[in-house]
Amino acid sequence: MTRKKEQLLSFVALIVLAILTYLAQNYLDNYKLRILNLGAIYATLGVSLNLIFGFTGQFSLGHAGFMAIGAYTTALLIMPPMYKEMTFIIEPLIWPLNVLQLPFIVALLLGGLFAAILAILIGLPVLRLKGDYLGIATLGFAEIVRVIANNIPQVTNGALGLKGIPQYTNLWWTMGFAVLTVFIVKRLISSSYGRALMAIRENEIAAEAIGVNLTYHKVMSFTISAFFAGIGGGLLASLLTTIDPRAFMFIMTFNVLIVVVIGGLGSITGTVIAAFLFNFCLEYLRPIEEGFSLGPLSIPEVPGLRMVTFSLLLLVVILFKQNGLMGEIEFTWKGFFRFLSRFKANRPMKGEGM
Amino acid sequence: MSLSIFLQNIANGLSLGSLYALIAIGYTMVYGILRLINFAHGDIFMLSTYFVFYGILIFSLPWWLSFIIAIILTAFTGMLTERIAYRPLRKAPKISLLISAIGVSFFLENAGVVVFSGIPKSFARPELFDTMLIFKDIRISTINIVSFIISIIFLMALLYIVYKTKTGLAMRAISVDVETSKLMAIDVNKTISITFGIGSALAAVGGVLWALKYPQIFPFMGIIPGLKAFIAAVVGGIGNIPGAMLGGFILGLTEIMLVGFMPELSGYRDAFAFLILILILLFKPDGLLGKNVQEKV
Repeated sequence: MTRKKEQLLSFVALIVLAILTYLAQNYLDNYKLRILNLGAIYATLGVSLNLIFGFTGQFSLGHAGFMAIGAYTTALLIMPPMYKEMTFIIEPLIWPLNVLQLPFIVALLLGGLFAAILAILIGLPVLRLKGDYLGIATLGFAEIVRVIANNIPQVTNGALGLKGIPQYTNLWWTMGFAVLTVFIVKRLISSSYGRALMAIRENEIAAEAIGVNLTYHKVMSFTISAFFAGIGGGLLASLLTTIDPRAFMFIMTFNVLIVVVIGGLGSITGTVIAAFLFNFCLEYLRPIEEGFSLGPLSIPEVPGLRMVTFSLLLLVVILFKQNGLMGEIEFTWKGFFRFLSRFKANRPMKGEGM
Repeated sequence: MSLSIFLQNIANGLSLGSLYALIAIGYTMVYGILRLINFAHGDIFMLSTYFVFYGILIFSLPWWLSFIIAIILTAFTGMLTERIAYRPLRKAPKISLLISAIGVSFFLENAGVVVFSGIPKSFARPELFDTMLIFKDIRISTINIVSFIISIIFLMALLYIVYKTKTGLAMRAISVDVETSKLMAIDVNKTISITFGIGSALAAVGGVLWALKYPQIFPFMGIIPGLKAFIAAVVGGIGNIPGAMLGGFILGLTEIMLVGFMPELSGYRDAFAFLILILILLFKPDGLLGKNVQEKV
């Protein structure tokens, strides 16, 4: 298959996705839309974490911190001044923020930008650390961000959090950014930069020996990853309409990490699939704990049962699919048609030239 | 700040530090052997407090007996999690092992909500631990002294096991090189199991003392102490047992001192531990007592 043909197919797929998004946005109920939105946001978050962890090999557990930056920035910039006055009852919001209101897209991009700037500041000293030490230091930064958010009520409204954030997030935004993230990360890792990142992942010393600037590439990857984490946080804030510092505990990072590892570390396709599966599972397991009646038998509400089931499911998946669902395999059109041809003919065709 | 308050803070810090040290041991031992950050360790710690709670409340056992039973039960739970969730992943990528640990952590926390209910329970403190010792104008609660002494005893016992017994030798051998250890006829699975048992037992000791010090227990109580104990392990150099003890005491003391000297910063208490961690890592990337392993090319 030629490159041109593949590009054409990708373009057609994009149009199909747009039509599906249109249909979903107009005909699905809010509950289902919310799940799809969450799935798309997790795809953005997961793919961005995969860039720094899966492709660059730098164990970063700071995603929740960057998301918090993006979420608070976006929320504070899109809330109407009147709402802000009603929300900040303990301490009034400091000056420029209390009168400022910007369009959603500007707020989102600023949120991503601030997260990226913080990533450069943190990344320069911290990315010298290796392996688990790096993971725990970045986790530490995320927790520090959260604790600071808890302690500056004049900006974040402290532990009470922000309520009444306008709900601009819809499927167009979330799907749009998911596609954009996938596109940019895919282009990046196929470029010479991407080769350098993967060289760092495989062997830092060898990469340095052939002239890869370690600091530059690691910080670049970390910054781009943080940018999309910030955008994801902003989308999440406007989807949920309420945020508080507890939402950005390290559990949030773990959720994204689960998505990345279950999907397959180093596979964008896997991350996207796992992002949607993760949210479908969490939502559709909800009836388990709500209690139901089977004829005369009524099962009472059991809080916590949903997460118990979910964690068991997670354990089963990781125990039996130790490299994640996709491993390092990516979706390609070639592979797709080879897969289809298995069903088409009675005799299996073994991947000869399409 | 007067001298007496300063000394009280020292006592408080030492007792908190000894608890961090007890929990940190479990992290560091498991990391030393499996290179796994066992995120479920804080929840093992939580379980031990419930074992004591139910031992006293439902089976109306005397407190000391329920302490011992809780420690044994927790050790077995720790070994069980290893058997079910970590052993099958021995050859898997390290990150899958970590996800499995996160899964176990989620499971224990939420099973805790299902079985024990999410509402915090108050822990009946035996009267013995409810008194204050008063030297002139220094007031120190008994539990601070008791927890410090008990911790030191258990930490000494651990050092004896690790550095003077054959099992300890096996543990240390595995932490250096698993394959060679196998060739030396060390039963790797059994040794790892024992490691989890010992680590969990020490977490249980920490848990029981924690519940005596802060007598309110709930299914998510293990998260923050677990995280801080883990920081303590990293500060000391993860994989290094004396390092974990040192890290625990450093963390406990500085945390109490921060709140004591600058009460206006007490809201930043949880961030402070991380700040220490990051500063130490920037200057000593392998922790205070960690070995600097140079990668060979």
